[in-house]
Order: sequence, then C-alpha cells, then structure tokens
Amino acid sequence: MTPSEFPVVPTTPGEPAVPSDPGRGGGSASVRRFGRATRLVHWTTAAAMGSCLITGAVLLLPPLAELVGRRRLVETIHLYSGLALPIPMLVAAGAVSYRRDVRALNRFTTSDGAWLRARLRFGAWQRARARGATAGGVGKFNAGQKLYAAFVAGSILVMLGTGVLMRWGPDLPGGLPDAWRTGSTFVHDLLAYGLFFGVAGHLWMAAHDPIARVGIRTGTVPAWWAAREHPAWTTSAARPHRTLDEDTLLTDGDDPTSEDDPAVRPGRARSPRG
Amino acid sequence: MFTEKVASEGTPVGRRIVLGMVALGAAGIAVGARVERVLERAIDPVRRNDPTGLSDLVPIGNFRYYSVTSSVPRLGPADYRLRVHGLVDRPRTLTLADLGAMRQTALVRDFQCVTGWRVGNVHWSGVLLSDLLAAVGVRPTARALTFRSFDGSYTESLTLDQATRPDVLVALRMLDGPVTHDHGGPVRLYIAPMYGYKSIKWLGEIEAVDHVTPGYWEQRGYDVDGWIGRSNGRDDDPV
Repeated sequence: MTPSEFPVVPTTPGEPAVPSDPGRGGGSASVRRFGRATRLVHWTTAAAMGSCLITGAVLLLPPLAELVGRRRLVETIHLYSGLALPIPMLVAAGAVSYRRDVRALNRFTTSDGAWLRARLRFGAWQRARARGATAGGVGKFNAGQKLYAAFVAGSILVMLGTGVLMRWGPDLPGGLPDAWRTGSTFVHDLLAYGLFFGVAGHLWMAAHDPIARVGIRTGTVPAWWAAREHPAWTTSAARPHRTLDEDTLLTDGDDPTSEDDPAVRPGRARSPRG
Repeated sequence: MFTEKVASEGTPVGRRIVLGMVALGAAGIAVGARVERVLERAIDPVRRNDPTGLSDLVPIGNFRYYSVTSSVPRLGPADYRLRVHGLVDRPRTLTLADLGAMRQTALVRDFQCVTGWRVGNVHWSGVLLSDLLAAVGVRPTARALTFRSFDGSYTESLTLDQATRPDVLVALRMLDGPVTHDHGGPVRLYIAPMYGYKSIKWLGEIEAVDHVTPGYWEQRGYDVDGWIGRSNGRDDDPV
C-alpha cells in the first residue's frame, strides 16, 4: 500500500484558512502528524514484515506447508523480505522529520510511565480512573506505541541476525558451531510467534481507530482527534484560534520547524518535497 | 520549539529495549540448543496425549512438512507403483502388495533434519533396500542408485555401498502406521545414518546407474554424502 495524497480540506495556496473550533467538531482544522518519510517507512516495513510473517508461517506450520508446498520459492521470498526489512529505516534516517519521530518514540517521559502503570491497574473501575488521569500527558506517541516501535525494531535486528546465521552460518570460514545454528533457529522461531502476536495487536488497535489510520495514510489528522488522543503533543492544536502564520501554512517539507509542528494548518495537498 | 523540547525530554527507554532484545537474542543463540532439548523432553509426553493437535503448533520436537512442489499426488494400494530399473538383471515394477509380501525389517531410530530438528525414537519398518536390490539383481557395472519421487521434482542418490547398509529401508510404516501422505507415503526411503533430505519421500523410482548424480538439494549446496554429524558443517550426535 502506498500513502495516498489528498487534501483533507481543498484549500488552494494563498487562500486564508478558516479556523474552526475543533472541540465542537468543526472538522476542517487539521494537524500534520506524519511526514512522507515516516509514512513510507511505515508502509514499506509493513509490506516486508507482512511478507515475512506469511511466508514464515508457511515454512513453520505443517498445515500451511502442506497447503502451499513450493518450499524453495517460499524460502527465497522469506529471505529477501527479511533482508529488505531494515532498508527503509536506514534510508529514511537521512530525513529530519523521520529522525524526529524516532527520537519521540525513543524517549519515555514520567507521564509515559504513569500511562503504562494505569493500563496495568487491576479492576476495571480503578483502571478507567487511572487512564483518565494519565490521558493528558500523552504526547505525539503514547507509551504503548513507543513500546511497540521498540519491540519491532529490536525484533527486526534479532530476526536478521538469527536468520543470517541460519542461512549463511555454515558458509562461514571455519563453520558456525552447530549449537549456535540450532540456537538461532530456536530464537528465530520463538520470536516469530512474539512478532505475530505483536503485529496482530497493532492491527487490532488500528482497527479501532479510523482516524489513526487516516493519519498514517495521509499524514494529516483532524485537530480534535489530536487534542483528544495526544493532548500533550497538540497543546497548540487545541487552541486553533491562534493567528496562523502564512509561512507555516504554505511551506512544508524539509524545514525542520514545519514538518512536525503541531500548529494547526488547514489540510491540503502536500508539497512534493514532503 | 515545542516539539524539540518534548523530544529531548525523558529517558531513551526505546533504545534500551532494542539493545536488551539484541542481548537476549544473542544469549538465546548461545543456549537455545540446550533449552530446546529440555523443552523437547517436556513437550513429548504432552504431544503423545494431545487429542486436539494444538501442541503440533509448538515448533519443537516434531516432524515438519517439507515439499519442493506445490502438490503431490495421493497414491494408494490401487495406483502406487515402484519402478526398479537401470543396470539390473530383472527390472521390476512393484505394487504396495508386492513390497508388503517381502521380508519386513523394523528399526527404531531418530530422524534428524539438516535444518536442526530431530524426532526421537521413530518406529520404522519396511523392506531393506539391500533385499530389494538382491531381488532385482544389480549388475557389477552399477556403482550408485538414483531415486526419483513421484512428486515429479525431487531426486536423491546413494552409492551402492551406502545403499546396501543394514539401516537403509524402503519404509512402508512409520510412527505405528502406514507412512502417511504428508510423511512421504505410501512409500519413502529411510536412511538412518544420514540427514533427512537423503530419505526421499513419495518414492516412485529406483534406477541403478554407474555414477552418483547429486539430488535436488545437493544441486543446491547440500553435501551428497549426508552423514549425520559429519557433513553440511554440522556436528549432531549420530542417530
């Protein structure tokens, strides 16, 4: 899937934005959430990961193996999907906006800790109250999203390492100790199950939030959603009546201050340099 | 800037998780083989008494299904044939009943795959390959055998010395029943001292030839002489 580009609000450049009160569902005010680099990394990684999981399931689970056969072809697809997995992230590391997203995912604040503890509270009523109390501290990413991102990044490294040892270990000069190859297979198989459930959880969360899906598809989310789900990120977005800077409105792309700035802008077609 | 301030706040927990996972993965590579052996021993009794088949989803200590083609015909007593020909005095085409009427030999030995998995103490029985070769009369000019699977793609090879060992079976039964289709039935080879890829499934044809022709996986890098523990860069215990 490729990120589709369409204006959330068809405003032509130069046309003054009409700010609306997001709290009352005015709807037209929107926030830039993901730059093009981040979205491309998301979707290419998702494609490679999906291919790895599907072909991996065929290689690992006998009923699927019986259904599909063609072991050599499936192995080849699995191998190259796996080798492709880290490439989007490495390439995108050159983009300022992507690096800023990675930094935001990496950093856990004290409110992230409180947010996580609230999710683990025992008892539905206490949990709901704790969640309500910690919702205000959620920045661009909530702590669950940060954990998931770290888990996927770590998994990709581990799967790459063990996969390379499984595939090319015997070709190493001197050969790889056999126990290491068996150990690699063990880790690879075990983490495959972890990744399957992790990705399933990710899709489950996404299935319950259509606006989040719009965000990762188009890069733009409505301001009211940002204020509700990520209040600490969209502090300024929650006050959309502030004077809009024409420059912020019209320039977009590699300028490090604009790409990620949660200032409210009317949704519009993105500049080609995004 | 607002975002800059947020981004520089907090601790790099994400990086710690990534590094921690890499460390765990490395530890798993080092001790995984031992852990797996312990788990195999634990899961084996569970699997034997599991009517749901769910324990087969645990990727440990179980046969895995490998086929190189998209589908394999299902052959039974009515339509299965084993053709034995080449440098032999009495070429024959044998049915399941013909094979069943020959002397049956039983073996209880492990099955070791070159990719690492091993299934312990499998009950095998069938016709010793050397009995079959004696029945067709291999000529002195023959040096090796070429095996072909009725899946249409897979081939294997043995030298005549290897083929006449007392632990090489044309297997008709394994795991206390006829060899099932998924395990390569109705007839497969079982070469106890060699890795699983040598034990060709869905055996359809044996040809006596004057030199070894590397089989399917051997043309793709596996050792032709697939001794367990002494080939393919592995040091597994012999079965």
